Amino acid sequence: MKQFIGFLRKEFLHIFRDPRTMIIIFGIPVVQLMLFGKVISTDIQNAKIAILDQSHDNITRKITSKLLSSGYFVLGEELLPGEDVESVFRQGKVKMVVTFGPEFEYNLERDGKADVQLLADASDPNTARILTNYASGIISDYVKKEKLQNIQLPDQINVEVRMLYNEGLKSVYMFVPGIMAMILMLISSMMTSISISKEKELGTMEVLLASPLKPIQIVLGKVTPYLLLSFINALTIILLGVFVFGVPIKGSFFLLMGESFLFILMALSLGILISTVAPNQMVAMFISLLGLMLPTILLSGFIFPIQNMPLPLRIVSNILPPRWFIVIIRNIMLKGTGIMYIWKETMVLIFMSFTFIALSIKNFKIRLE
Amino acid sequence: MKTLFYVLQKEFIQVKRNKVMLRMIIMIPIMQMLVLVFAATYDLKNVNVFLVDQDLSSTSRKLASKIDASPFFTINNTSFNPEDGENEILNNRDDMVLVIPKGFERNLMREDKASLQLLVNAIDGQSAQIGYSYAASVIGGFNKNIIADWKGLPEFKPPYQINTVSRFWYNSELEYKWYMAPGVLALLVTLIGLNLSSTSLVKEKEDGTIEQLNVTPIRKIQFLAGKLIPFIVIALFDLSFGLFLARMVFNLPIVGNLGLVFGFGVLYLIGILGLGLFISTVADTQQQVMFVTFFFMMIFILMSGIFTPVESMPQWAQTIDQINPVYHFMRVLRMVVLKGSHFGDLIHEFVALCILGVTFLTLALKRYRKTA
Amino acid sequence: MNEKVIEVHNLVKKFGSFVANDHLNFDVYKGEIFGFLGANGAGKTTAMKILCGLSAPTSGDVKVAGFDIYKETEKVKRNIGYMSQKFSLYEDLTIAENIRFFSGIYGISPKDRKAKQEILLKNLDIESAKDSLVGSLPLGWKQKLAFSVAIFHDPKIVFLDEPTGGVDPITRRKFWDLIYEASDRGITVFVTTHYMDEAEYCNRVSIMSEGRIEALDTTENLKKQYAAKNMDEVFLKIARNTE
Repeated sequence: MKQFIGFLRKEFLHIFRDPRTMIIIFGIPVVQLMLFGKVISTDIQNAKIAILDQSHDNITRKITSKLLSSGYFVLGEELLPGEDVESVFRQGKVKMVVTFGPEFEYNLERDGKADVQLLADASDPNTARILTNYASGIISDYVKKEKLQNIQLPDQINVEVRMLYNEGLKSVYMFVPGIMAMILMLISSMMTSISISKEKELGTMEVLLASPLKPIQIVLGKVTPYLLLSFINALTIILLGVFVFGVPIKGSFFLLMGESFLFILMALSLGILISTVAPNQMVAMFISLLGLMLPTILLSGFIFPIQNMPLPLRIVSNILPPRWFIVIIRNIMLKGTGIMYIWKETMVLIFMSFTFIALSIKNFKIRLE
Repeated sequence: MKTLFYVLQKEFIQVKRNKVMLRMIIMIPIMQMLVLVFAATYDLKNVNVFLVDQDLSSTSRKLASKIDASPFFTINNTSFNPEDGENEILNNRDDMVLVIPKGFERNLMREDKASLQLLVNAIDGQSAQIGYSYAASVIGGFNKNIIADWKGLPEFKPPYQINTVSRFWYNSELEYKWYMAPGVLALLVTLIGLNLSSTSLVKEKEDGTIEQLNVTPIRKIQFLAGKLIPFIVIALFDLSFGLFLARMVFNLPIVGNLGLVFGFGVLYLIGILGLGLFISTVADTQQQVMFVTFFFMMIFILMSGIFTPVESMPQWAQTIDQINPVYHFMRVLRMVVLKGSHFGDLIHEFVALCILGVTFLTLALKRYRKTA
Repeated sequence: MNEKVIEVHNLVKKFGSFVANDHLNFDVYKGEIFGFLGANGAGKTTAMKILCGLSAPTSGDVKVAGFDIYKETEKVKRNIGYMSQKFSLYEDLTIAENIRFFSGIYGISPKDRKAKQEILLKNLDIESAKDSLVGSLPLGWKQKLAFSVAIFHDPKIVFLDEPTGGVDPITRRKFWDLIYEASDRGITVFVTTHYMDEAEYCNRVSIMSEGRIEALDTTENLKKQYAAKNMDEVFLKIARNTE
């Protein structure tokens, strides 16, 4: 036991003495959260548009000012009739051009009808769709409020919408669980596998194996510091999410911590498994980076919803542990559900942990023989 | 000049012998094009709807079948109790609950007004919004139809009407893959170029061969050129391979001038490889290089606008993006490939990439000393 | 034997407050085999790196092959060869490719290269391995090859930093045959080592301890001076004195 504690101390020192490792461990989560929480966002605002107003009357001016005061649009360019719309798009100056035909007000008053053209730069299709939706919404809203105040429309179906669990539609709600899954994978799996395979590569593993320490103690000694660091990180991410970005924890905090602990254990056993397979650090790093990081970011539902993916990718996503963990965290934090709603996902994680541990033991034995 | 020839010859032989590297050069573009482009999509499909039809009228049934018939929505389950629907959302089985309250048809006919409730799982705000707007437009279309059916009017005409006509230029089908593909190409070129060149330099450090070179009369610029040129060639190969894949698999239209694409490619690569070489002159081991590049690339890529619009970022972040080479190159690729922008349209990006390239290369040249 | 190819006056190298080389003074003459001895950490490698232009001295005058080490570093590099402790040919290139690359850097014409390469391969008796990867060769071969490549461009001086680490005495003996051959061709050999049997092979040796040169003379003179049977004893006596 005494030897074990000494060994453990050495492992902690290794990690804390290397500033680069510390930066990776504590820098990445904070930077990631800041990026996703404060910088990048899918919410569209202040999109630059151009106005091509061939009429310049009361109504076109009013509609223009409605559009520009909505917060979604800012005026990037005022076009004159005959000016080349195409070249404005080609230079990437604006995302949409709103065109009013000549004698707009006159047409509207006389025929009760006038056309607005929304030309969108659909090279970014998502933004184009959202911008045209916003703009036509604002315009029809204007007509309803200003022009049709006293007119009863027949047979109107009114859709009342409730956005559950995230009324403000904030993207950070979606990212906090994803970042947590990613960071825990990064630290638990990648760091562990690299640190063990480094020991193998340098030949110090043999020294350790020849010492009175039992193999299980060696593995525990390697893993414990990362377990602790991962746990601290999980806490940091949750605290930052709650206090800086206002993400709620609707469910039980203890359940959340318990599930995080389970996920960390799973990730550590995966890390050990990788290190039993990888002959050196380089390979361990490649397996972790290409095999774990990219799929975690792309296929686990972290940024892009799994249900929109083609079938083969949806099938692949099922073997990724973060995919299940993300569901668990979202359920606990945002929906406030208890274990009843996530027992299936929890079982999957438990099953994965056992499989990884079993495989590692098998590989380890083969190596010793 | 002759020296450079020998240096390049050696670098190319080394690339040829490195099986891991060769596999990466071929596999990464395929992986990225086939996995990343398909995975990274906001195109909504398969929204599962839970229907709570308390009205059970012919109108409510028509509306339900209209929704089910839309390519985006599938009615998964039904019940009379809205709480069952919420429960399904909690269980992640459904994404949306449509509640048609009792008296829907009657209200619509007698009072000209009726309400529906739509409960949307909004944890993923983006998808929730798109899903809601699709549902609203299906319902809106349905609304127009019934007005026509019931009143026998061709279509109701309010006294004032402003029609908005939307036209989607460059991508009228709103094919999201066309937007992602050039973005992914930029990513591809960056990852390949940066990783290969920086690990190749730091490997010489680890193996001690750099010391042997440092006692020879080789010039700094010759040595760094040896680390730049082969990897620029490889990255450009991958760029064309990626473009070819995108063309074959997604039918990506290539509107602009390919010469412009590759010209900017070279300019960008000089800068980004210069950055990679700078990182590897500072680091001692391949592991350090990997970590440092991972850290910076993560920030560069996320801020480049590949997944999310740059305009949505706060102003200060957009200002910082001016020194993000990935941002400029991603813009160039999308503008040229999708919109056919000319060189004249890209002056700003050209100047920015030139300045960044010169800066990074100078840093690498300054930092790399032929001393140990 | 009186043309000086290396002149060192008051060479000092400091790393922070640590003095790695403390006022070194010595000359090396053309064609001699100069042994640079000392325990690990005595400052041998530091001094050698300065002479090769890999590291700048803190102060002092140093001339190598007639060129000033501060101002004419690149000219120095053109006239020296270097072989480090760590094997430093490209393991993923073949013997012929390594030779082609290094001769290319030194500007040797393809015609000269081919002629010299044939002699080299014959000398080392590795003609059959010409196209095998250097990484697959046994260590003894690698070291001989590294040395031959280091003098391929006929430098005035070749610097060898513990060239025979990790090999058996027989291979070491063979390696020294190569050094003698080079010396016969007029190449000055500057070699660091901590094998005292190797010191016996040198014309003159200097012995360093804690950054200073404690003794410098021919091996016979040193043995006489310290009344020792062999260099090992000389070394031990000097080490004891400085403690």
